[in-house]
Amino acid sequence: MSNILLAGFGGQGILFAGKQIVLAGMRQDKYVSWLPSYGPEMRGGTCNCSVIVEDEPIGSPLVTTPDVLLAFNAPSFDKFESTVVKGGMLFTDSSLVNKKGTREDISYFYIPATELANENGLTGMANVIMLGYIVKKTGLFDEEYFKESLNAGIPAHKAHLAEVNKKALEIGFGYEG
Amino acid sequence: MGEKMLMKGNEVIGEAAIRSGCRYFFGYPITPQTELSEYLAKKMPKVGGLCLQAESEVSAINMVLGCTASGERAFTSSSSPGISLKSEGVSYIIGSDLPCVIVNVQRGGPGLGGIQPAQSDYLQATKALGHGDQHFIVLAPAYVQEIATLMGEAFDLADIYRTPVMLLADGALGQMMEPVDFESKKERVLPEKTWAACGHGNKREHNIVNSLYISPEVLEQTVLDRYERYKMIEENEVQYDEYMTEDAEICIVAYGITARIAKTAVKAAREKGIKAGLFRPITLWPYPKKELAALADKVSKFLVVEMNMGQMVDDVKVATDCRRPVEFFGRTGGVIPTPNEILAKIEEMNGGAK
Repeated sequence: MSNILLAGFGGQGILFAGKQIVLAGMRQDKYVSWLPSYGPEMRGGTCNCSVIVEDEPIGSPLVTTPDVLLAFNAPSFDKFESTVVKGGMLFTDSSLVNKKGTREDISYFYIPATELANENGLTGMANVIMLGYIVKKTGLFDEEYFKESLNAGIPAHKAHLAEVNKKALEIGFGYEG
Repeated sequence: MGEKMLMKGNEVIGEAAIRSGCRYFFGYPITPQTELSEYLAKKMPKVGGLCLQAESEVSAINMVLGCTASGERAFTSSSSPGISLKSEGVSYIIGSDLPCVIVNVQRGGPGLGGIQPAQSDYLQATKALGHGDQHFIVLAPAYVQEIATLMGEAFDLADIYRTPVMLLADGALGQMMEPVDFESKKERVLPEKTWAACGHGNKREHNIVNSLYISPEVLEQTVLDRYERYKMIEENEVQYDEYMTEDAEICIVAYGITARIAKTAVKAAREKGIKAGLFRPITLWPYPKKELAALADKVSKFLVVEMNMGQMVDDVKVATDCRRPVEFFGRTGGVIPTPNEILAKIEEMNGGAK
């Protein structure tokens, strides 16, 4: 159903975002897998994760030709744009990636997620804004369901984050670019 | 069915070990299996267990030897280069007839190699990790769920046959997250550990755990006795899985992460009208020889797919008495094959893409 590749810098919350998609899929009894790149990455280095949500058992957990690509930085945009399948979707943070796509057989979605986060007192939560935007545009999950699912994944000692996560998601859901 | 949890393969190894009643882990960190130590460092103290980071792999495996000699369940884990370091200790454990579990989350080799997933320790694991006449059970999970199931099995098999059991995974399985349910373990009757060197209040003769037998006749007999047990293992503990083999003409043989990738290729081949199937050994030792031999009566060609240079090819040839051609496709060094690459090979064997 969906092969998703999330790519960006370490520290942007790429792995977290991928995990939320997988958790939401798992709670709907779908087959899901999550595979991070685990090279010598560190904060500031490149980082990506393969996320698969399927109706049948998953073969390769590695996404090499994504249906949905999140390019959260310019190097990822350059590296993975050509790998998106025909008819696929490419999401990018237009406040970090000053580029426009050139392929005519895929759809591009631009959202200034980092700017929106900063403007709304949600610095560091551009990933959740982006998640909201991706969920809305792909129709992967019902918006209300995804909100609940994200909330359910927040551990008790981080309960104070529930409200800001919700706010960030809603910004993503509501963005029309 | 219990509640499904989303966990990394490496964490599942640790959780399944705890749920199997294992309370002792001795290890030394190495990518890509370090999350296991991290998980156990947090969890073992909470269940009254011990997670000890040894000063080296050599030390860790010998701690396992000492711990299991006392009758406790213990295990160690590493990735390829670290497993080579443990080889001497594993041979001593075999020579002492001690049960233990060894986890290898493989990475590319030889040497320090790389840190990406590989299956290039197949021969080391299935033929001779250490010196001496020996075997041990090798289990190859393909899914995170299967790690949970097989890790539980591993401790039981080790106790029943007094042998090391290796869980042979790879970096992708260790790093990836999938839903897992821990409730599906098979119940087995376990023998009492009458051989354990543990406190007994002077109620019996003391037990000695040892792998040194100076008399050749005595040593020969201990080896022969051990091979009787190996025979029982070969008769009773073979595990495998088949997919669309009933009418298959081209049968892939693959294990672990590669098997699930091959499965996608088999589906794609079927959509193109090619009669492909998949045979997946779950136990790499004992090897499912009889089952493969039976398949050789039905299929016209075998294709071995691995993340190495073809280490399992000879096992398939031997099991089938070379009655059918055995071809190979693999990637190595940490490269994961794609379903399309495997499909292309199937098409080539089928007489080219149509």
